[in-house]
Amino acid sequence: MEPLYIIAIGVMAGTAAYLLMSRNVLRMVLGLLLFGNAANLTLFVAGRLGSSLPPLIPGDQTTLAISANPLPQALVLTAIVISFSLVVFTVVLLRKAHERLHIVDTEEMREAEPVNQSTDDDLSGAKE
Amino acid sequence: MISSHALLTLPIAAPLVGLVLTTLFWRASKLQRFASLTASLVFLWSAVALLSNTIDGTILATQFGSWDAPFGISFVADNLTSAMVLITAIMAVVIAIYQLTDPEEDSRPMFHPLYHGLLLGVTGAFMTGDIFNMYVWFEVMLISSFGLLVLGGTKEQLDAGVKYVMLNLVMTTIFLVAVAFLYGATGTLNMADLANRVPAIENPGLVTTLAVLFLLAFASKAALFPLFFWLPASYHTASTPILAIFAALLTKVGVYAIVRCFTLIFPVTEGFATIIGVIAALTMVTGVLGAASHFDIRKILSFHIISQIGYMLVGVAIATPMALAGSVLYIVHHIIVKANLFLIGGVIKRKTGSYQLKQIGGLHRAAPFLAILFCIPALSLAGLPPLSGFWAKYLVIKPSLDAGSWYLAATALIVGVLTLYSMLKIWNEAFWKSSATPEFAAPLAPNSSFAGQYIAIATLSAITLCIGLNPEPFVAFSMEAAAQLSDSSRYINAVLENPYARD
Repeated sequence: MEPLYIIAIGVMAGTAAYLLMSRNVLRMVLGLLLFGNAANLTLFVAGRLGSSLPPLIPGDQTTLAISANPLPQALVLTAIVISFSLVVFTVVLLRKAHERLHIVDTEEMREAEPVNQSTDDDLSGAKE
Repeated sequence: MISSHALLTLPIAAPLVGLVLTTLFWRASKLQRFASLTASLVFLWSAVALLSNTIDGTILATQFGSWDAPFGISFVADNLTSAMVLITAIMAVVIAIYQLTDPEEDSRPMFHPLYHGLLLGVTGAFMTGDIFNMYVWFEVMLISSFGLLVLGGTKEQLDAGVKYVMLNLVMTTIFLVAVAFLYGATGTLNMADLANRVPAIENPGLVTTLAVLFLLAFASKAALFPLFFWLPASYHTASTPILAIFAALLTKVGVYAIVRCFTLIFPVTEGFATIIGVIAALTMVTGVLGAASHFDIRKILSFHIISQIGYMLVGVAIATPMALAGSVLYIVHHIIVKANLFLIGGVIKRKTGSYQLKQIGGLHRAAPFLAILFCIPALSLAGLPPLSGFWAKYLVIKPSLDAGSWYLAATALIVGVLTLYSMLKIWNEAFWKSSATPEFAAPLAPNSSFAGQYIAIATLSAITLCIGLNPEPFVAFSMEAAAQLSDSSRYINAVLENPYARD
C-alpha cells in the first residue's frame, strides 16, 4: 500500500511544482492546493499505514491490541482545515487583484517593484 | 501565586480576548482602539509575570488537556521564550499607543482584530513545545499578516500580497512536509521528546536531510539569503504601524525557530555550522547592499531587516554559549530598534507627505525632536557605542573571533560601517539638507496631533538607551538564556518530567 501512496505523492508534488512555476496565478493556486494535499498525504504515510480499525476502546475492554494510528489523522485534519482556509484567502486575493490590476501573469505584476519608472520617485530603486 | 499553567496560558489568552473584543467593537472606532490598548496592556502584564517567574533560570512547562508529554501539547517558557514574549508585548502596547493618533487607521476597522491575531500567532509560536503546533501558530500568524498586508487594498498592496502569500504558503507547506518526515522518523512531535530521539536515529543522512528541510522552511520565514526576495517585494507597501509590527516580529519568529531547532533538536555539527555561517555572512552583505542602493525610507529599512537577520544567525553558527547570548541580545535589540525606525519613517511620511528621500528635507528644523529621536535607533542599528546595538554586535563578533571564524567577524564589522552609511543617507537627505521644495507635499500637522506617535517612538528610544547605558543585566540575562539553550537537558527535563501542573 505504501509504495502506491508514495507514487501518488510524487506525482502530486511534481504536478504542483510544475503548476507553481507557471506564471499564471490561477495555475499557481491549483498548484498550491495540490502541494498542500501532497503534504497531507505525506503526513498520513509518515504515521505508517496499517490497520484500519478505529482507535476506540469498546466498553467491555480496557486496552486495544491493534488499531489505526489516530495522531496522523488528527494532524491531517488540522492541516486540511488550515490549507483550505489559506487557499480560499488566496483565491479571494487573486480575484481582487485581477479586478484592480487586470493581469493574471505574475511577470507583469510590477506595481510594488516597478521595473522602469517614468517618474523620478525612486531613481536607484528602478534597477531591481 | 499564579500557577505555571495560568502563567503560560495568559500570554495567549490576552491577544485572543483582544481579537474578540476588537471584532465586537467593529463600528465604534474609539472604543475599538481603547479595547486594543487594554488588551495589549493585559498582554504586557502577563508577559512581565511570565518573565519574573523564569528570570531565575527555572523553565516552566505545562501540558494542555491533562495529556502528559509527549502526547499532549506542551507549552514551555525558558528565558529565551519569556524574553521574546515580553518584547512582543512591549511592541503590542507601543503600536497600540501609536495607533491612537494615527489618522490613517480610522477607515480600517479590520486592523485591530488582525493585529491581535498576529500577536496571538507570534506568541503561540514562541511558547509552544510541539513542532506541529508550531506549524499551526505559524499559520495563525501568516493568515493575519496576509490580511494586514492587503488591508489598504491599493494596487501595490494587492500585487505585493500575491507574491507574499504565494511564497509563504509554499514555504509553510515545506515546513509541514518536514514535520511529516520528522514524525515518520521518530514517531513523536514534542520538541523535548524529539531532542531525545533524534540522536537515536541510526541513519545520519536522514538526520541531515531533516535538518536541511527545517532550515529551508525557517530560513524563508526569517528572510535569509537566498530566500529573502518576498520581503523587499512586499513589506514597503504596508502602512506604518503594520510595517513596524511586521519588521519587529515576523522574521524574528523564523529566527527563533532556527535557534530553538538547532540548539534542541538538531545540535549544530561542524559542517552544518559552516553552512549556516556562510548563509549568515551572505545575508548580512546582500541586505546592506540592497539598503545602500535605495532612496525610499521604507525600502532602505526593509533591506536592513535582512542584513540584521544575518547577525542573529552568527550565534547559531558559532554555537558557543556566548555567541548564543549574542544572538538573543541581538534579537531583542533589533526588534526595538527596527520597529522604532519604521515608526519614525511613518511620522516623516505624515509630516512631509512622502517616503522618498529625494523629495523631502529640512526636517531638523521642522521637527528637531524627531531628529534627536531618529539618531538613537539609527546609531544603535549601526552599532555605535554606547547604544544597544554596540553591545549586541560585540557579543556576536567577540565569540566569532574566539572561535576563529574571522570571516564572520570581518563581515559583521564591514556591514556595520555600511549600515552607518545608509543611516547617514537618511539623516542627510531627510533631516539635514534644506528642503528640496519649499512646501512639503502635505501641510505640517500641529505637533499635538502626533502625541501617541511621539510617545511610542520615545518609549522605544528610551528602551534602546536603557539597554545601551546599562547593558549588564541584559547581557547577564542573555548569558543565562544561552546557557539554557546550550544545555538542552534542562529544557527536556522541564517538559518531560514535569507532571501536569494541576495546582
